[in-house]
Amino acid sequence: MDPHSESAKMASGPKPTPPSTPKTARQQAMALLASADPAQLTEMVDALPVSTAHEIVRPAETGLVMARGRMGGTGSPFNLGEVTVTRCVVRLSSGEVGSAYTLGRNKQHTRNAALCDALWQHPAHTVVIDSMIITPLAEMRDAARHLVKAETAATKVDFFTMVRGDD
Amino acid sequence: MYVAVKGGEKAIRNAHKLLAKQRRGRTDVPALTIDQIAEQLAISVARVMGEGSLYDEALAALAIKQSRGDLIEAAFLIRAYRTTLPRFGYSEPLDTANMLVERRISATYKDLPGGQLLGPTFDYTHRLLDFTLAAEGEAPLDAVETAAIDEGPMPRVTDLLSDEGLMETDPLPQEDDVVGDLTREPLSFPADRDLRLQNLARGDEGFLLALAYSSQRGYGRTHPFTGEIRYGAVEVEFFAEELGFAVSLGEIKLTECQMVNQFDGSAKTPPKFTRGYGLVFGQVERKAMAMSMVDRSLRWEELGEECTAPVQDAEFVLSHSDNIQATGFVEHLKLPHYVDFQAELDLVRRMRKEWFAAREKRDEDLGLSETKEQEAAE
Repeated sequence: MDPHSESAKMASGPKPTPPSTPKTARQQAMALLASADPAQLTEMVDALPVSTAHEIVRPAETGLVMARGRMGGTGSPFNLGEVTVTRCVVRLSSGEVGSAYTLGRNKQHTRNAALCDALWQHPAHTVVIDSMIITPLAEMRDAARHLVKAETAATKVDFFTMVRGDD
Repeated sequence: MYVAVKGGEKAIRNAHKLLAKQRRGRTDVPALTIDQIAEQLAISVARVMGEGSLYDEALAALAIKQSRGDLIEAAFLIRAYRTTLPRFGYSEPLDTANMLVERRISATYKDLPGGQLLGPTFDYTHRLLDFTLAAEGEAPLDAVETAAIDEGPMPRVTDLLSDEGLMETDPLPQEDDVVGDLTREPLSFPADRDLRLQNLARGDEGFLLALAYSSQRGYGRTHPFTGEIRYGAVEVEFFAEELGFAVSLGEIKLTECQMVNQFDGSAKTPPKFTRGYGLVFGQVERKAMAMSMVDRSLRWEELGEECTAPVQDAEFVLSHSDNIQATGFVEHLKLPHYVDFQAELDLVRRMRKEWFAAREKRDEDLGLSETKEQEAAE
């Protein structure tokens, strides 16, 4: 059975955004912010040439999300185990509301990510956030992934056939 | 009658101080840092996250430090901690096909697309102690090789054979699927596969390993082949109600095992390959394999097989797999049972008294009958 037809069937399920839906630019930016190195993100936010003044709408709070797997990889879901998650909502004085959900318990990370999400939505700041934070984060992530793939590729098995001596 | 006895507060306080001292060990030896544990004892950390059922490397490392490396105690600390946090909800199902693969092997298909990637593995090492690691300041590491990346897809191996109908397909999700959750409802029987997999995912590695081994040795035959093992990072997504879309939370490391089993067919099902599934936090390959073998064994009823072995007995397996529950019940035996035992003492004294009385009476009766027999013989 073609696995793609199976994911097409899953798309008709109750969830509004199945995994096959392409991510919006905001979702992609939020993903990069969530997976950023916290110290790195702090440095980047501190270096921003725009006002980062904001108020906290929902203070950073740590909780749990139950991670789900699928039976056999593509089947019905089951509960695998929980992950710690911290979430935060901030608002700029201009009204943009930024949200962040990040794995782990680092509240400063989450708050920075929410701030960047809010600034990214501000029409005057999107470009600067993209160029000073999102694009560099994407480049760092791609470089890290590339290294993992290249190191893993070096452990790929090359099979060769032994020729029997009497042949 | 229940009699409460108080006492031992000072002894307990002092015992815990002594424990703290012993945990730290000699103070001229540097204390372990959480980062050291998380980085260098990563597989212990993964085991604690899995059996503690909470993915948080720093917390698991802290628990290992606090528990002096007692991994079940560490998992216990993690389970206790998680109860202090609110639950935000459930993630979107993880997509292991999109894993950033660090290791991927198949024992069934030599030339599968994407190839056999050994990654960081103990396999093919000679299990010789490396005394250079014991030297002050480890020797510099060999540079890690890199190679050209194959950007082609790396399909899960079980997707390869399914065209012919030789390989069973996964159960399709139903719209009204209610996914059982052991953290919300205690285990009850019969337990569906969702509950079984959750239970096994947080089950004790040693218990599952022994059960899987028993199935190989003939207690419930499974004929397993490792269809595929893959390990790497998978993105976790969470549907945020207030935003109206799914957000990426970041990536977690997972090991997935697809165990393929020959199946002779039954009244319900034609002959084909069936599968057991293992999915665990971190690089805990032995447990992922054991989980997939136990999962397959527990599917006997659905496939119309006979139940002949402990590994197939869901009630036996699932009720005893959780090492936090197991250790709680076994270890509670060392807590004071003075009153219970006093009652038992009284009971056994009375039973002994009755037993001796009965024996005396029997001897007397026998003595009489012996005399009669002697008389009769004479």
